[in-house]
Amino acid sequence: MSRMRRREFIARTALAGGALSVLDLRELLGRLAHPDDFAFAAQERELAFRALDAARAAGATYADVRVSRNHSQSVSTREQQITGLSDNETMGMGIRVIASGSWGFVATNVLTAAEVEAAARQAVAQARANAVSQRQPVELAPAEVHRNGSWSSPIGVDPFSISIEDKVSLLFAVNDAALGVRGVRFVSSFLSFLREDKFFANTEGTVTNQTIYRTTPSVNVTAVAADGSDFQSRASTDISPRGLGWEYVLESDLPGRAPRWAEEAVQKLTARPVEPGRYDLVLLPTNLWLTLHESVAHPTELDRVFGYEANYAGTSFIHPPADFLGRFRYGPEIMNVQGERSSPGGLSTVGYDDEGVRPRDFLIVRDGVLADLQTTREQAPWLADWYRQTGQEVRSHGCSYAQSWADVQFQRMPNINLLPHPDRDVPLEELIDGVENGILIDGDGSFSIDQQRYNAQFSGQVFREIRNGRVGGMLKDVAYQMRTPEFWSSMDLIGGRSTYWTGGANNDGKGQPSQVNAVSHGCVPSRFRQVAVINTGRA
Amino acid sequence: MAYLSRAEARALAERVLGFSRAEQARVSIDSGATGNTRFASNQISTAGDVTDTTVTITSAFGRRVASSTTNLLDDASLRAAVQTSERLAPLSPEDPEYLGELGPVPVPERDSVFATTAELSPEARARAVAEVTTPAAARSLVATGFAVHRTGSSAVMTTRGQFAYQASSNANFSTTVRTPDGDGSGWAGAGFFDWNELDAGSLAARAMEKAERSRGARDVEPGRWVTILEPTAVANMLGLMMGALGARAADEGRSFFSRPGGGNRIGERFVDDRVTIWSDPLDPRLFTTPFTEEGLPNRREVWVENGVLRTLTYNRYWAQRQNREPTGFPTGYYMEGGDATLDDMIRSTERGLLVTRFWYIRSVDPRTILYTGLSRDGTFMIENGRVAHPVKNLRWNESPVFMLGNIEMIGRPVRVSPSESSEVASAVVVPPLKVRDFTFTSVSDAV
Repeated sequence: MSRMRRREFIARTALAGGALSVLDLRELLGRLAHPDDFAFAAQERELAFRALDAARAAGATYADVRVSRNHSQSVSTREQQITGLSDNETMGMGIRVIASGSWGFVATNVLTAAEVEAAARQAVAQARANAVSQRQPVELAPAEVHRNGSWSSPIGVDPFSISIEDKVSLLFAVNDAALGVRGVRFVSSFLSFLREDKFFANTEGTVTNQTIYRTTPSVNVTAVAADGSDFQSRASTDISPRGLGWEYVLESDLPGRAPRWAEEAVQKLTARPVEPGRYDLVLLPTNLWLTLHESVAHPTELDRVFGYEANYAGTSFIHPPADFLGRFRYGPEIMNVQGERSSPGGLSTVGYDDEGVRPRDFLIVRDGVLADLQTTREQAPWLADWYRQTGQEVRSHGCSYAQSWADVQFQRMPNINLLPHPDRDVPLEELIDGVENGILIDGDGSFSIDQQRYNAQFSGQVFREIRNGRVGGMLKDVAYQMRTPEFWSSMDLIGGRSTYWTGGANNDGKGQPSQVNAVSHGCVPSRFRQVAVINTGRA
Repeated sequence: MAYLSRAEARALAERVLGFSRAEQARVSIDSGATGNTRFASNQISTAGDVTDTTVTITSAFGRRVASSTTNLLDDASLRAAVQTSERLAPLSPEDPEYLGELGPVPVPERDSVFATTAELSPEARARAVAEVTTPAAARSLVATGFAVHRTGSSAVMTTRGQFAYQASSNANFSTTVRTPDGDGSGWAGAGFFDWNELDAGSLAARAMEKAERSRGARDVEPGRWVTILEPTAVANMLGLMMGALGARAADEGRSFFSRPGGGNRIGERFVDDRVTIWSDPLDPRLFTTPFTEEGLPNRREVWVENGVLRTLTYNRYWAQRQNREPTGFPTGYYMEGGDATLDDMIRSTERGLLVTRFWYIRSVDPRTILYTGLSRDGTFMIENGRVAHPVKNLRWNESPVFMLGNIEMIGRPVRVSPSESSEVASAVVVPPLKVRDFTFTSVSDAV
């Protein structure tokens, strides 16, 4: 918000004058550790508290308010041309309430006292309309109150402080490096950056301020056969988006890596089409992160398990949860899958989730067995029996997220990671050594999985045959098909901690209206026995 | 009003361009209100009512161009957004493809705002939801779904004198009904401009019937099947081809529509000669966007006629380079149909599959527009002219161009809910199809 806007706002509130009916929370504002670190001045916070007041006065039994300001910038190029340069800003307030036992949510970009108070009352009225069909009132798990929470992504260099010239010249250098490889016809490259300033307050007294950064570099190289009979692309899937700054772009060394991506695109033109059949697969983390995302992270979302996403994103094969928690063997004992929002640079990493909960790391799969599911405050009580049985408190795992102020927060996956081999630092070579007839897959490609997360098909970027423990020539048109439980059970060896790598995506879709989530997945290279491989080429 | 009127949009656009110091500039404004209600476990789970207005300013100095977007509408914020684009543009390299802003060009006028949709309340949404959840609960079924509507306006103004404006309403309703044991699942959905066109009760009836009839699905052999695709499934496939109509990729040799040896396949017959697909911003069945983001009018465009590729999509630059007229983009489209009913298709089938909709559709091979995905929420075996029993869902690896080349019967076009996520979407009107050799590659246990 500009200075002038703030001045105007102050003038308006001064005219309104008199004692404002506000929460005791306001006195806490003066105690913010570093208020200048965050975008929101007292005026915006004041509006948030007014909205909470208005919601309570209208009968809400709970309310929370998010004010967020997203600043994003993107630069895209092809060959030696710029194809897009844009700078976007969006700011507004989302007000969520519980009234008559039902949720209501209203969001507006008009940040005036009158507007946000009206929006809060509208949210309460909407909740009452929604309550007509209510069969069970919404209950929230208890949460600690954080009266002055603050958090910021651990960036080194603010990407918005780097000039556009530097960004464009970096991308042109990448394109040049790729076009220098014979056979390459097209290259596109892209950088995008996000800074989100997010203020949260609820009627229980939690107030948090966070600044979240995300940085996304990507490159795609296309080679075309001399006779025009084929074209093949190689995407830079070994560089994933991160919750970091400009330093991550530099560390990624895009110009240094571009010739390899280009050479691999060219090699794909003459690669041998794969013979369909069953193969042992060694999946590099650049490929496996997406398989983990689809077949472990999604089916362990508790709202799916309870059918809430049946109309779009789907349900889960994990149902009913009591039959699976502590009983279902997902994979071998070396399989441990962790949920967390704490890893530095993770896309889902935050100090507080979108309902003010401070997330703690937790294990979803422990020694190969399903141990827990992803929850929000509304959902944690659904697993109360399991938590009581296992001596755990009924507490949200901090998985609430909304893509912007204009969207209602709901359960989204945290960073979910396949942890390294628990006993020793297994090198990649050892995984390959044990393969007689297999395929090494690098990079993520085409991906698709059914609505209960059983049947999936994944491709990749680069495929190399493995014969008798040695990596050989390149293959093409490879995709593996799997059924989730059998696939993870066929995993017989995974890499150690020195092979750990983090992938991720900014565009994980779920919900109606669909919202995107940004999430990272750390994982290690892993070996899967006798997986069905198809040839996807077709005349 | 929750969206800007023509006069308000014009005034805001003039205010923004008043701050411009660029050689050329364009402002685009989108404003509107979106409302939605979700339901699960036979009750409303969440809802939302959102209003927003976004302003995008594109500034050009020579051929150096940049854009900036904001939703803060006070003068200082708008001026700041203009200045951001003016600061970025000169730093950007020249864009040889920038053709400058448009001068005054007439844009087709039409009014597609429906008060029934524009003034819809959360209470009215809740009533529509109850038309599904009440009978579902009475039949011991579990209903999930999504009602969504948007009424808004968009406008484009350039410093060279073009101004285009349109306001429209749109809505979508969809439901997935499941059996409590998770053994059956059925879906139904529809898109419409006028909320009064919604018949939630009949959508509920279809979804409930499919949920109950899909219990106890049997195994089925993957392979090439005679397949009857309900209109939603046809739209799921057809959208993949409509998105691959770019002339530039074709001319550059990296598209299905590339002609081997150079150029593209305009003028070639590439699918069954009964296939005709068009877009038209003035046709009340479609109301596709009447102008492009640059403010260029969209006109009626026939993409495929009697199986022949009539045109591809050309932006201004590529059209000029190839000496063609620029086209719009087929976000909404109409596929001509025939007389066959779904029942005719079933009766004429000795052995085949019936598909309700597809899911998780992803590109596998752009050379053939080959995609993969799965059936869901109602997949049945047809034997001897009748629906014999439910079958498990199947993964397919198939291309819409192969599908349209293998047509046996075409039904009557209807407007569908074309996106997997059942969002408000441009109108897509397509017929059900009976095709041969639809390629299914594996079976899924998912219900």
